[in-house]
Order: sequence, then structure tokens, then C-alpha cells
Amino acid sequence: MIKDSACVTGIGETQYSRNSTKNAFQLQLEATLIAISDAGINAKEIDGIIPIGIVSGTSDEFIENLGIEDLRFSSQIPHGGASPVMALQAASAVIKSGICRNVLITFGRNVSAAVHKAGSRIHQMQQFHYVTEFEYPMGNVAPAQIYAPMATRYMQLYGVTSEQFAEVAIACREHAILNGTGLMKKRITLADHQNSKMISDPFRLLDCCLESDGGAAIIVSSPEIARDSKHHRVFISSVAQGHPYSPGAITQRPDMTSLGIAKAAKRAFDIAGVSHKDIDLAEIYDCFTYAVLRQIEDLGFCAKGEAGHFVQNGRIRLGGELPINTHGGLLSQAHVWGLNHIVELTRQLRHQANAAQVENARVGLVTGYGDLGDGAVAVMRRD
Amino acid sequence: MTNITNTAENPFFEKPKYKASELSQTFWENAKLNIFVVQQCKSCQSTRHYPQYLCSHCLSDSYQWKDIENHGKVHSWTVCHHAFHLGFKADLPYTLVTVDMNEPGVRAMGIWRGKSDLQIGMPAKGQFIETNQGGIELIFS
Repeated sequence: MIKDSACVTGIGETQYSRNSTKNAFQLQLEATLIAISDAGINAKEIDGIIPIGIVSGTSDEFIENLGIEDLRFSSQIPHGGASPVMALQAASAVIKSGICRNVLITFGRNVSAAVHKAGSRIHQMQQFHYVTEFEYPMGNVAPAQIYAPMATRYMQLYGVTSEQFAEVAIACREHAILNGTGLMKKRITLADHQNSKMISDPFRLLDCCLESDGGAAIIVSSPEIARDSKHHRVFISSVAQGHPYSPGAITQRPDMTSLGIAKAAKRAFDIAGVSHKDIDLAEIYDCFTYAVLRQIEDLGFCAKGEAGHFVQNGRIRLGGELPINTHGGLLSQAHVWGLNHIVELTRQLRHQANAAQVENARVGLVTGYGDLGDGAVAVMRRD
Repeated sequence: MTNITNTAENPFFEKPKYKASELSQTFWENAKLNIFVVQQCKSCQSTRHYPQYLCSHCLSDSYQWKDIENHGKVHSWTVCHHAFHLGFKADLPYTLVTVDMNEPGVRAMGIWRGKSDLQIGMPAKGQFIETNQGGIELIFS
């Protein structure tokens, strides 16, 4: 069993923007150098690389640019926004087995320079081929449309409301303002949410994540290397992944509202040996407000259909029982496929989160969610 | 969320068309004739949609095509108010619907042109229509 086998020793983020002059790989390199410096290691000590995303630099390009003469592990994980947390699983395994000592996980993107915006990129990806062939020609183009029928059915069956979705957006915005590095700086209210443009019913503009330029990177190292770090040691206690059936098209699932993370959650809690009351904070992949509610349920914090109530009354805000997305998430900080969620959880568990710090944070979890429902969850803890 | 009107705007921008694969060629040939066909496993008789190589129940790669009723019940939907592709801008707002077809285990996505107060379980009648741009749309009402 891979428990407490590895630690996050380095974290790095570029400035987040919507007008970067750097390409995706340059942003990735910039974040990588920050993470290497934060870890206090030499770049040549990186012996494993997991590049994230479809526009990422390849392992070869990292070898060349970082001067890594003896890379021992290279892998790619094709599961969209679930990939960063899934990469923690691979990194923990190759460290536990002795193959690697320092694994680099890195992501970058420049969408402002891209000709193709939201809705074009996914149709170039093999894992979406069913959507591209059978649904795209009908007008099912972008994730907001592809996910919306899940949310419609969920609301119809469980009575969850758009007003309840809003609390996720408002909490993320409050946290982004405290964090200070996010793209979104202005406070929002329930009325702002309800008045924001309807994109694909039931998703309004403020239910949808940002498009942004930027890079993020982390270094995962052996516990022995982490012991020598200048930072407080942060363990990856457990990681698990789960996939919905069928994974390729939401429309073909017997239960359209089901997510892969439901299968992963119990595994992650069991391996880490923690219960829900032990979790001090959660960084939850927030492509849409709806996705946060469904993950809270599938993680087991409340029953299916109850997350709309669960998030109310400040429970998911800083100072509440379960603060969520203390950096602002994809909804208000930036969209770097959720690698920023892992960066933030590490920062929180080191007690380096400044105004957004969760008091005495000791155990947290981070989720990944990608490719229409693939899920991953990691439990992390402060040593 | 990005507004796409800043890309080269062209009123004649065409909708994306289906690209049939080796596996789905027969589906689209029948759709042109307004016949809904799905794969049926020759070994265990179970039906499947979208097309794939193996029957996930018995792992047989042997199949035939079965005509199914083009009717079913509404499973879910979304009303689209934003065009992420210029080809759909003139259609706004348009409704995408997912329908549980009467054939067990078969669900389809199409465009809803029926009454606006949609409900789960409502009957839906489907029809494939060839567009004047050479595409095929599955219309439910």
C-alpha cells in the first residue's frame, strides 16, 4: 500500500494573466524553475517527469532545457483535469518503489494567444471522439454545454437550485481576493451570480471556470529528501483514481450524474486512515460550480442531492467547517488544470497561505476531475 | 468563458459535420435514410451505442446492425444561449436533448424542437434530417 510514501517538496506558479507573451512551454519552464528553487534541489536531481496536458512540453524538452542527464521515469496521463492528481499517484508509486527520488509534475497554457477557444480544443483530443462525432455536429460544442445536461438532471431529481450553485462561486471569489494572485479581484454577490449571462442552462457565466494563461509545477520527493527541506514537510498520504462508465461520453452513462471520484474517495480515505471530520480543508476541481457540489457528495461529506444545503451558511468559506478552494480555484484564481489546487494545498499545510490561511491546517484533500468525469483524490497532511 | 466573436467572423461559417469512422459508417448511411441502427452482438444479442469494437458483456467482436425505433423518453437537456462555434450562432437559443431510446441501453443526443416545458420522461420522437450543408441532424420533438 502506498501510504505516506512521498512528499510535495517544491511548488511553483507563474503570474496568472489573459495576455501572456510566453508560450505554454515557456510558462511551464518558468513555473518549473520556481518549484525547483522552492524545493532547494538542483535541476539535475530531477529523475522523473510527468508533463501534464495536450500542449505540454515533452519529457525530452525538459531533459534538454534542464540539463537532466539521467532521467529514470517518464510518463503521460491523458485524463484532462484529473491528470495532476493522478500524477501524484504515479509519482508516489515510483518513489516508493525506489525508481525515483524527485519527480517533476508541470503544466502550462497560453489560451489567449490560441486561435481556437473553449470548445475547439477538446475536439482535437482522441478521448472525446464520441462527442466529436455524434454530438458536436448537433451543437454540443464546449464543456459548458456537454456538462449542462448532467446538471439539469441533477437539479430535476434532487431539487438543487441555481441559487445554491452560487455559493460555490461566491466562496471561491472571496478566497481569490484573500489569496491575491488570482485573476478575479472583485467581490460578487448572489444577485451578481443570478444576473450573469446564461451560457448553457443551468450554467450562468459565474458558474463557469476561467480561461487563463499561466503555468504551475510541483516537485514530489522521497520523505528523506523532504526531511532536509527548508519547508515544513508535507506528505501525500494517499491517492486514488476512479473512472465513470462509460468514460467517453456523458450521454452514454446509465446514470448521467455519476462521477469517477465516487469510486476513488473511499479508497483514498481508507489508505490515508482518515475520516471526513479529520479534513481541515479541501481543494476541489471546479470546472463548474455544479461539479464542486457533486464531488462534495461523492467524497462522502454529505448524501447525494444535499450539497446545495451543505455549502450554505459559510461552511465552505475560510473560518467555516470545511473551507474549499482557498486560492479561488479555477473559478476565480486561474485555470491550470487544477495543478494550482495541489500548489495551494501544499502551501496551506506548510502554513504559508497568509491571509487565506486555514488556521492550524493539518490534513487536507485535493481532487482532480477531467475528461467528462474521470476523477482523482489525494489526501495530504502536515508532518 | 471566452467570447468567440473576436475570431474571424463569417456569416457563412459552417457547422461542423460528422466524420464517419470505419466503425460508424453504417450508422451514418442509415441515418441519411432516417433509419436509426445500433450494433447488436451476434454472440449475446445485446445492443450498444455508440459503436465500438467489442461487446463489453461477452467480449465478442462479431456484430450485426439492428434497426431500432426512433422514439424514446427525455433523459435530460440544456438550452444553449452562447455559440461556442459560429456555425450555431444563428440557432441561438437552441436546446440539446438526451433521449433514452425505447431500445434498452441506447441513449441518443439530438436537437429538441418540441414544446419548451421539458420534463424527464416526456416522450420524444426522433428524426434524422440531412441539412443543406451536407450534415445530418437528429431532431426530437
